[in-house]
Amino acid sequence: MPTGIEPITAEEIQSLIREAIPDAQVRVQDFTGGGDHYEAVVVSAAFAGKTKVARHRMVYGALQEALVQRIHALALTTLTPEELGQAEEQPSGLVNIQTRNPR
Amino acid sequence: MANNNVLAQIDEQVKKNKIIVYMKGTPSFPMCGFSAATVQVLDSYNVPYESVNVLEDPAIREGIKRYSNWPTIPQVYINGELVGGCDIVREMHANGELEPLIRAAVQE
Repeated sequence: MPTGIEPITAEEIQSLIREAIPDAQVRVQDFTGGGDHYEAVVVSAAFAGKTKVARHRMVYGALQEALVQRIHALALTTLTPEELGQAEEQPSGLVNIQTRNPR
Repeated sequence: MANNNVLAQIDEQVKKNKIIVYMKGTPSFPMCGFSAATVQVLDSYNVPYESVNVLEDPAIREGIKRYSNWPTIPQVYINGELVGGCDIVREMHANGELEPLIRAAVQE
């Protein structure tokens, strides 16, 4: 981790995303406990009708500065509330987000 | 000026190649877990694709993020369009959305 830059916390990531997407349910997990490899699941009605690229851009936009300076890796899943419902019926739909990425 | 040259160079690469991935390392020797996972998906289709190792060129490494306004690497482009990074590519691979895109691109 670069020196002089405070590691970001899961709570900070969560609140940055909520500032940009107010209705978002956000779950953030620290992969390694080191404060720089995170996994986030973001659920918002604002994603409806948007491509995956557009959805991820909304989240990246919220995290812009943090992403450049303070987060080394962020695994991102973006769902609408309807899609979350479907994913919960079929647990396999969410399994891939648990995959760990080796450094 | 130099910045614009890099963006023009990237634009040319992206438009010239039906499938191109900007990654850390090479498909046979990825230098990052996310890049490794992404080429693993691409390799599973047994189709030719181009790759650019951003670690060899700092200007491209920064330029590619500005080119698409996308902050992370790897990035996969099919027919000149950003398809996504590791998470999206894996998700589309798993739910069957990626294969038709790839097959259509290589058949053209």
